[in-house]
Amino acid sequence: MTQTVLIGLGVLIAILTVVAALGLLPSLRIVPDATHFDFTRFRRISFPISAALSIVAITLFFTHGLNLGIDFKGGTLLEVKARSGTADIAAMRTKLDALGLGEVQLQQFGGPENVLIRVAEQPGSDAAQQAALQKLRGALGDSVDIQRTEVLGPRVAGELLAYGMLGLMLAIVAILIYLWFRFEWQFALGAMIANVHDIVLTIGFMSISQVDFDLTSIAALLTILGYSLNDTVVIYDRIREMLRRYKKMPMPQLLNESINSTLSRSIITHVTVTLALLALLLFGGHAIHSFTAVMMFGVVLVGTYTSIFIAAPILIYLGVGEHREDAPDTATPAKKSKA
Amino acid sequence: MLYFTRWKALGIILTALIVCLCAVPNFFPEAQVKTWPAWAQRRLVLGLDLQGGSYLLLEVDSNYVKKERLDQIRDDVRRTLRDAKIGFTGGVAVRNDAVEVRITKETDVQPALAKLRELSQPLGGLMGSSGQRDLEVVDAGGGVIRLGVPPAAMLDRMRKTIEQSIQIVERRVNELGTVEPVIQRQGNDRILVQVPGLQDPTRLKELLGKTAKMEFRMVDTSVPPDQAQAGRLPPESELLTSASPPPTPYVVKKQVLVAGGDLTDAQATFDQRTGEPVVSFKFNTSGARKFSQATTENVGLPFAIVLDNKVISAPVIREPITGGQGQISGSFTVQSANDLAILLRAGALPAPLTVVEERTVGPGLGQDSIEKGELAAYVGSILVVVFMLVTYRLFGVFANIAVTINVAMIFGLLSLLNATLTLPGIAGIVLTVGIAVDSNVLIYERIREELRGGRNAISAIDAGFKRALATILDSNITTFIAAAVLFYIGTGPVRGFAVTLGIGIITTVFTAFTLTRLIVAWWVRWKRPQSVPI
Repeated sequence: MTQTVLIGLGVLIAILTVVAALGLLPSLRIVPDATHFDFTRFRRISFPISAALSIVAITLFFTHGLNLGIDFKGGTLLEVKARSGTADIAAMRTKLDALGLGEVQLQQFGGPENVLIRVAEQPGSDAAQQAALQKLRGALGDSVDIQRTEVLGPRVAGELLAYGMLGLMLAIVAILIYLWFRFEWQFALGAMIANVHDIVLTIGFMSISQVDFDLTSIAALLTILGYSLNDTVVIYDRIREMLRRYKKMPMPQLLNESINSTLSRSIITHVTVTLALLALLLFGGHAIHSFTAVMMFGVVLVGTYTSIFIAAPILIYLGVGEHREDAPDTATPAKKSKA
Repeated sequence: MLYFTRWKALGIILTALIVCLCAVPNFFPEAQVKTWPAWAQRRLVLGLDLQGGSYLLLEVDSNYVKKERLDQIRDDVRRTLRDAKIGFTGGVAVRNDAVEVRITKETDVQPALAKLRELSQPLGGLMGSSGQRDLEVVDAGGGVIRLGVPPAAMLDRMRKTIEQSIQIVERRVNELGTVEPVIQRQGNDRILVQVPGLQDPTRLKELLGKTAKMEFRMVDTSVPPDQAQAGRLPPESELLTSASPPPTPYVVKKQVLVAGGDLTDAQATFDQRTGEPVVSFKFNTSGARKFSQATTENVGLPFAIVLDNKVISAPVIREPITGGQGQISGSFTVQSANDLAILLRAGALPAPLTVVEERTVGPGLGQDSIEKGELAAYVGSILVVVFMLVTYRLFGVFANIAVTINVAMIFGLLSLLNATLTLPGIAGIVLTVGIAVDSNVLIYERIREELRGGRNAISAIDAGFKRALATILDSNITTFIAAAVLFYIGTGPVRGFAVTLGIGIITTVFTAFTLTRLIVAWWVRWKRPQSVPI
């Protein structure tokens, strides 16, 4: 079935390629040429909205918290598949509750025959976790196949969490230093504010949706960071270029021009990334489902918004381009009277 | 920007071609690739999440190592002072991570210090140039001498313990007959064991969970076990229980006749008379001599075979055993006899290991993940390719050629590095496809802009490339930094993601700077276009 669909799509591509190569396709302009949206004026709306959303996200983080996955919390996780028919979750629950391992969570995962079993970390040493796994295996018996097990002791889980957080900070600092070298410090600071904004909102999303926060979430966060910056840097690059070229243009106008001239690229790239993520979300299977869902939110929703509405306009407040008038070749008295 | 010398063009194509060709071994069955020359054998390794298997993180008990060391120092101190005839009161005690002894006579303190200092050795043996020693002997005042282990010495000891443990773990895992297990050190006190294809690591954990310290000792027949339990235990003996249920107490002398280190071989066999599973063993020469002497002196008395402080069996010596071999019977099953033989052959661990992290994936789930990952990769790529065709037409074709070579190069580089492909890694490749076309988008949009700015076709293309390439480099380096950090902190699947993401960025920048430009340059030379169909 999927094979035929794939072959069909392949044929479509071949035909499209030939048609395109012959120049027979009509030109598609997703974004009209030379747009002139006043993005920087939106900062009066976008900044308060972002601030409010960030506060909501932080509040959520402290009230709802994150649904720490086994990587960071420790404990035992089993993915089982019924040998025949659908899995009887109720019967399984009764059996496993009787083991006295504390809270046992059962959840359908993927298809009706798959069940995900989570058992909280057992008090005591690493050996206690192992004993719990042995008991679980025994109680489940032959009616199910154990597809996957994960057992993490308390210390390893704590270390992984600390490492993950450290990595996140490290990445932000490293990127900051790079931007500082390549641009001026204001750009680096602006990018970092945008960065933190991305991460805060994504963490808020993870708190609301209660997806497992585990090592792959850290991977997702870092990827979001990378892509959002990628976007920001493209706009910053243009701003820098415009700053060199137009020494007299007022900052808001200059920023607007920069954002507008990179707008079609931003949108087209986001469509392609979204298409790739969509494929992963729909066909990648449940194992990477939460990973792609978080990425979808971060890259597609937050990342683009941040680069356009936060990262660029914030440069006004950081004082970028204020002293251009002092440049010897373009100093004009008319501008100075304004200050 | 659009001019390439013949050699440069050739170089670019050859580089891309060679990197792509590195992916070829992946398309042939593993057995066939094995017959190829060594340089052609590099291929992708599937992560445990895709091929199924067990991942165990073992921790060496550092407290045990420390306690062993302190106990050893205590025994050394006791012996040294006795040999030097220096009196001490209250015994030698292990206290606060150090060994303490109170010298009875004030005048003896200095000679005692001198004698005890002889116990300490320079760290790192003969090569040691750090000036540090493995033992710190200080006068704690009031006639008390304290002997502590400096942190550097402790680290050194842990390092040796880990090295030794890895060897033993390797031998034990290899006995399971698994394919290509990976055993490596992680951090200061951990050992990583990855066994592809092993679905249930229960037996492996049982094998690794035993230190397997084997000892032959005499049973103390002077006191019956029940009286010993009541507290009348002779100082040179200790109370041990049997390994098999029900737990039966034994009074066993502390002195070791022969230790497991003297064994040269152990095999699980069947007893010729009773037919039950037993473990037969062979001693080396010195072990055989010691065993022969002990059995000759103690005919008619029981001795105990002790494994990890549990008595496996306590047979009575009927006649001297001089041949240097024997057998252990102790209500074994075939499996437990086999396991004991493996443990004895592999040798004892210097310290107990605990499993601190365990992850297993069944082969079915792995296969499922591969199929889903592949499907997502195909669908994602097709969507992106179609979108690019529709958006940029002829230049979309160029972009698609570039992205196809890009992906082939990712697989080539991954194979060249023998990198591990994981499910998040596949996701990384799909994402790379999405982001790789971004470099083309940047270039094309810039060309469109330059055209709008009034340039003619060729100069617009030239300027488009020139301006966009700087941006491409900047924006990709930031993502690369994120990938590098991820590689550094991540393990397993996450590291697999970081690898594909990072390599994807490298190939993307390469194709943008060379291949895309080359393709467009050729087209310009061939068509001499008056307008750009973009």
